[in-house]
Amino acid sequence: MRWLRKNLVVIAGLLTLAYLLLPNAVVTVFSFNKPKGRFNYEWTQFSTDAWKHPCGVADMCGSLSISLQIAVWATLVSTALGTMIAFALVRYRFRARGAVNSLIFLPMAMPEVVMAASLLTLFLNMGARLGFWTILIAHIMFCLSFVVTAVKARVMSMDPRLEQAAQDLYAGPAQTFLRVTLPIAAPGIAAGALLAFALSFDDFIITNFNAGSTVTFPMFVWGSAQRGTPVQINVIGTAMFLVAVVCVVVGMAAGRRRNKPAA
Amino acid sequence: MTTSSSTATEHGGDVRLTGISKTYDNGFTAVRPLDLTVPAGSFFALLGASGCGKTTTLRMIAGLEEPTTGTVRLGDQDVTGLPPYKRPVNTVFQSYALFPHLDIFENVAFGLRRRGIKSVKKQVEEMLDLVQLGEQARKKPHQLSGGQQQRVAVARALINHPQVLLLDEPLGALDLKLRRQMQLELKRIQTEVGITFIHVTHDQEEAMTMADTVAVMNAGTVEQLGAPTDLYENPRSTFVANFLGTSNFVSCEISGRGGDELTLTAGDGKLALFADRCSAPTTTGGKLLLGVRPEKISIVHADDAASVPVGRNRLTGRIKDSSFIGVSTQYVVEGPLCDGFEVYAQNVERDPRLVPGAEVVLHWNPAHSFGLDATQDVEAGAAKVEEDAAA
Repeated sequence: MRWLRKNLVVIAGLLTLAYLLLPNAVVTVFSFNKPKGRFNYEWTQFSTDAWKHPCGVADMCGSLSISLQIAVWATLVSTALGTMIAFALVRYRFRARGAVNSLIFLPMAMPEVVMAASLLTLFLNMGARLGFWTILIAHIMFCLSFVVTAVKARVMSMDPRLEQAAQDLYAGPAQTFLRVTLPIAAPGIAAGALLAFALSFDDFIITNFNAGSTVTFPMFVWGSAQRGTPVQINVIGTAMFLVAVVCVVVGMAAGRRRNKPAA
Repeated sequence: MTTSSSTATEHGGDVRLTGISKTYDNGFTAVRPLDLTVPAGSFFALLGASGCGKTTTLRMIAGLEEPTTGTVRLGDQDVTGLPPYKRPVNTVFQSYALFPHLDIFENVAFGLRRRGIKSVKKQVEEMLDLVQLGEQARKKPHQLSGGQQQRVAVARALINHPQVLLLDEPLGALDLKLRRQMQLELKRIQTEVGITFIHVTHDQEEAMTMADTVAVMNAGTVEQLGAPTDLYENPRSTFVANFLGTSNFVSCEISGRGGDELTLTAGDGKLALFADRCSAPTTTGGKLLLGVRPEKISIVHADDAASVPVGRNRLTGRIKDSSFIGVSTQYVVEGPLCDGFEVYAQNVERDPRLVPGAEVVLHWNPAHSFGLDATQDVEAGAAKVEEDAAA
């Protein structure tokens, strides 16, 4: 009993981690499966075939490339716009500031399926051809609110005296922004950008409504799940997971080195 | 308030504020039109309670606040319209405002780099040695103690050899012992580099210890300006008298004049005051506040009243309270004319009869009295000191 009481926090922590990571583990394990038939639901035999031919499935790598392109562009545009909006909201007092402040949260609060349907209505009424560009516009829209929220939190906690100090030390407006404001806001901007990338890459509902004949990776997975799931999907999933883990570890290592005493 | 022309050219000249004022958009007037000249090479303190306009005045010199009226001149140059990054002044901010993403070396080098100076290494190392932080060059600001951060802030400003160094309550965040140490340190640096320092503080002791000249500010105006001893011995308003140290006041009427000496009547007592120590009109029949500092007063037991020399100002009363603080004893005395008088007596030979309830005679040299206009609030400035001490 004493032992249990002492270690309860650790046990609870490990259980939570297991709950979070178990699905990932299953995905990884089944990426080495050699299934009988079309569905990859039952373990039969260890094989590295899928890892050797990740693009062995028709159309899959094409959809992956479209998803990556959309995610990169949506991240770039929404991060740039969102950062500027966040600075404007925190630093300046302008008419309708309050309204903008609350409207920016709306895409986060609204059911995605409603937003998807109304976007489709809008695009159709405007006579837009559904495809890459409509998906991109939709993604930028919903990523924007997440970027604004992340950057705003950072800018709000920034001491305005730091910029005054920079100006006092002969930095003009451009220099002040580049040398002081931007580096200090960078963690918030990076967090917003990562969030935007992740959200855009795996969005399904809004994309499905506004894609026309374009097929993104989540749509491909959904489509193939009806007819049989190729092992390569697990390979891509595992690869994405590994890339994310490497990013986090590198980021943490860099952060630790920065905070370590130089002595 | 003038300086020789040789020092003026050497250090870039005096700081001259002319008719400067600041009214914010919300209608609050932080600084009423004021004129102020800070001689080149001096250590100048702006002293006042929070909200008196001292920091706003400083920020207008730095260019971080735009004056509503008036001009700021540095030597011969009118800098009123210049942005902060074009003014040859640097600021040590209240919370230091060190750049958290840069190490100590880069913090100190910031100003040099912005002015396009390429080889900064030697200068930065020299400056870090001056503030005794040579070993810490590669640390980040948050890894240093408060006192070290404060020294980095000073180094970061001084390395640019500004014409004027502005210090905005730079010692406010430090504990008492460190504060005393840094006061001496700053004074040493100022003497060494010979740059004009303008120091904003609400701590009267700090201002008096460090500055050559102190300007006492109240409600957006300068109440009085002068050397610390001059302000302390010859306050010209009850605000200055109470804000700098403690003062006792007696309301009097001028009953006569003999040469330089005024004779005052207060109730049935007679007191003397020298006319040159009086900042109010000295016409016979006029009302006055006679002030005297607690440490100038001698206290004797009523039984020894005969021992008081002739020619001294004397009042009678009863000890209400006494507190022993080692080097001295502080008495609060109540009497018909001296209600709540504070008296500080050195503990040389303590009289055991001087306990609460004892009847006493207070006496002091008339030359140690000062006279003020009787129309002022006797308590002005006193409460504000306590508020700051409590904060």
